[in-house]
Amino acid sequence: MYSEKVMDHFMHPRNVGEIENADGIGEVGNAKCGDIMKMFLKIDDGVITHVNYQTFGGGAAVATSSIATELLKGKTLDEALKLTNQAVIEALDGLPPVKIHCSVLAEEAVKAAVADYYKRNGIDKTVEGCDGCCCACDKHDSHEN
Amino acid sequence: MEKRFVYADNAATTKPDPRVIEAMMPCFSENWGNPSSLYGIGQEAKAVLNGAREKIASLMGCDAGEIFFTSCGTESDNWAIRGAALAGVKKGKHLITSKVEHHAVLHTMASLEREGFEVTYLDVDEFGRVSADAVRAAIRPDTTLVTVMFANNEIGTIMPIREIAEVCHEKGVVFFTDAVQAVGHVNMNLHELGVDMLSCSGHKINAPKGTGFLYIKKGTRVLNLIEGGGQERGKRSGTENVAYAVALAKALELALASIDDLKRVEAMRNRLMDEILRRVPYSRLNGPREGRLPGNLNISFEYIEGESMTLLLDSCGISASTGSACSNNSLEPSHVLLAIGLPHEKAHGSLRLSLSHENTDEDVSYILENLPPIVQRLRDMSPLYHEGMERIKED
Repeated sequence: MYSEKVMDHFMHPRNVGEIENADGIGEVGNAKCGDIMKMFLKIDDGVITHVNYQTFGGGAAVATSSIATELLKGKTLDEALKLTNQAVIEALDGLPPVKIHCSVLAEEAVKAAVADYYKRNGIDKTVEGCDGCCCACDKHDSHEN
Repeated sequence: MEKRFVYADNAATTKPDPRVIEAMMPCFSENWGNPSSLYGIGQEAKAVLNGAREKIASLMGCDAGEIFFTSCGTESDNWAIRGAALAGVKKGKHLITSKVEHHAVLHTMASLEREGFEVTYLDVDEFGRVSADAVRAAIRPDTTLVTVMFANNEIGTIMPIREIAEVCHEKGVVFFTDAVQAVGHVNMNLHELGVDMLSCSGHKINAPKGTGFLYIKKGTRVLNLIEGGGQERGKRSGTENVAYAVALAKALELALASIDDLKRVEAMRNRLMDEILRRVPYSRLNGPREGRLPGNLNISFEYIEGESMTLLLDSCGISASTGSACSNNSLEPSHVLLAIGLPHEKAHGSLRLSLSHENTDEDVSYILENLPPIVQRLRDMSPLYHEGMERIKED
């Protein structure tokens, strides 16, 4: 049911765990939906130097978190905010249709973490996003792909 | 311990028994005739088919004329419910079932609701039991059918079937039980038990998939689901699958002949249950300790999600299943776990291990060796676990 890439990231997840003194933390999803993703960013001069995560969820949730950290490292914040769930899906060589919402979680976790960084540093920028819980949200039109 | 293959999902399906396969093989080489044909090989096939029917009837404590072969448990469930509901419309269109039934029952009920029937879904207690009193209270003058499963497929709860049957008969209502998980695992005599209809699926007792029967007590009015050439005494058309009828009869014979061995299975299950609950903190048993299918174990592990658990168990060679939403193509976890009062997050973290007589003490030891580190590995990754531990520290 999962691609080899998904299984690789699930079995050997990259960048797991908390970052102490993170510059931005974003947590999306909820336990009711069965998926929670928490992302920790270390930011230096507008560039993501370090990115870790904790995830509660199934194989796809773990794999999307893992690959998202790889995609984000070294990116500027503006670049990071452009990360789409489609890019995450492509990087994993696809996800089963019922797991598409997990990739949304990754996209939204980054946005939440960057928003947290802006807030902490008094930077007056807003980040459009949602809480990543697809039970109550249909704004990501790729859900039903 | 060396890596091994441990199949612990016997509630999903079981390994076909070689003796069952051997018993049905002559139906492909010798007795391959059509039982409806009047000439020699047809009549031989008919004799083999009816021999299988008689064997099942004598094992189940009913008459051969009350056993109807079907293609699976789901067909039997659909037929019993739809057939009895439609046969009863002159009296009324009210049906009663429980919230913890298999989807073969619940989705049939939902389909009948769309067609104008009214369905009452009974609550269960914290262990998943439906009470006979709840059935009695729900029966109305226009109730025509009550259906409650014999034993639950997820948490193994055995229902008070005899008591429910008595209530139904007192009230003049037909009672059907989906016994897919129970036949061959629980001793039963159908005439003594008093149910009007009962479904069985062969692949849960080491017969091939695609085997099943519906027991219909003589005198019970049930409309046909499948029309055609009038096979099965005009009630279930389609050329009879003689090989599968033979396989089912043999599997049932073997299951009941070794039913005492289920005490060993139960002892293995109890060891697995007690040790997991002892070794893994923040875990809870779903379903009852007593009055449960001998091989069934269902445990929720707090802070983690079930699909991840089954994937990691699979990587160790252990086959198991979960009630998590992630595994069932929806965003909702198991309706059974929600019905016994579990919050969503604990339902997502459930694991079902179902043992059979094929399992050994070594299998149990292997699961006990591999499961706790898998739970811990997923907890280490889980934000819920870290937040939960922080909260406990603060208290």
